[in-house]
Amino acid sequence: MYTQALDFPGQPASPSNQVQTEEDAAFDAIIASGRKIEPRDWMPDAYRKTLVRQISQHAHSEVVGMLPEGNWITRAPSLKRKAILLAKVQDEGGHGLYLYAAAETLGVSRDDMIRALLDGRAKYSSIFNYPTLSWADMGAIGWLVDGAAIMNQIPLCRCSYGPYARAMIRVCKEESFHQRQGYDLMLTLCRGTPEQKAMAQDALDRWWWPTVMMFGPSDRDSPNSGPAMKWGIKRISNDNLRQKFIDAAVPQAALLGLDIPDPDLKWNAERGHYDIGEIDWDEFWRVVNGDGPCNRERLATRIRAHESGGWVREAALAWSEKQKTRTAKHAA
Amino acid sequence: MTQTEMMQKEWPLFEVFIRSKQGLDHKHAGSLHATDAKMAIRMARDVYTRRQEGISIWVVPSSAITASDPADKAEMFDPMADKIYRHPTFYELPDEVGHM
Repeated sequence: MYTQALDFPGQPASPSNQVQTEEDAAFDAIIASGRKIEPRDWMPDAYRKTLVRQISQHAHSEVVGMLPEGNWITRAPSLKRKAILLAKVQDEGGHGLYLYAAAETLGVSRDDMIRALLDGRAKYSSIFNYPTLSWADMGAIGWLVDGAAIMNQIPLCRCSYGPYARAMIRVCKEESFHQRQGYDLMLTLCRGTPEQKAMAQDALDRWWWPTVMMFGPSDRDSPNSGPAMKWGIKRISNDNLRQKFIDAAVPQAALLGLDIPDPDLKWNAERGHYDIGEIDWDEFWRVVNGDGPCNRERLATRIRAHESGGWVREAALAWSEKQKTRTAKHAA
Repeated sequence: MTQTEMMQKEWPLFEVFIRSKQGLDHKHAGSLHATDAKMAIRMARDVYTRRQEGISIWVVPSSAITASDPADKAEMFDPMADKIYRHPTFYELPDEVGHM
């Protein structure tokens, strides 16, 4: 589904504190010219490390992101909605694969990435640490969370690292159905009974601010955006992406006849953008650092799935190896 | 192979190529882990053709692919730059010749 700006303080040293070599200068020139870096090209260690972290955490986010929506598959109100939700969740699994595959081109193994997630060393988007309490959440998530993801992912299609950019192009093609089905769901509820519209409003009330926080810390609190921008990994700043998203979402909410839960939300004619109220950064850091409503549950579910599926992975591999031996024996 | 070795053994990596329609080449679409080629085809079908992106799939163990070294790019490909006589546009013919 998507990646959150996870460039927090405390990340690996910025390249500006390190000595620039000739290779670094040549690399910077390639990036500046807009050319892509491919897997076996020379790259600074910090570029490789930053990409491995970002791409693998993006992949983890897709797979963990299957859980909040997976929660409602058995309780979809119609066969049509169930098929749609299944298709969306299946897509998220596929997105996880594209991204793990892209990360592996940088020399990290799938096992290592999975272990980092299950050990709690790797992060995933904190939006998925919120619970899905009603069917309307499926609409709110598709409309808002996937909408925010699209905002974030479109610039990533122009990322300097070839495999990541190509994975993002594939993801973006599939992502727009995700947002449209969510908005369609909200529209249906808002045109339904008063209870259905109230359910839609309640979902918006709970998902609005966490979505706004998806774009990460404010620019002034993101010191490590610098290298990501310089290296063509990050193309647009957190605040700019956040503003773009809000400007698009406000009229969308109006069309649904729903109220955005922000009394300070106001069109600013001078800026040509919507002003919003204060973001609760305490909540943001709490959830990112492990104390959101569902952090422990999400990780426990992933661990359980990985461990209980272990016998399938082993058995499949054992069977394949047995087949190979049998074929070899017959050939002999 | 011991229990532990078995548990830690990763499925091999396969590169996936998809032909989107008759007449076109198979194009590299991505990669995936599978226990063998047969499983890789089934999985590639699941992951890379959900929206009718393909009518044919090739899977190749990644270990079977040999790639040229990016460091050799200049040595390998620069010599082509000054052999422009390989291109049709190098040759100026009178208009009377017509289409050639």
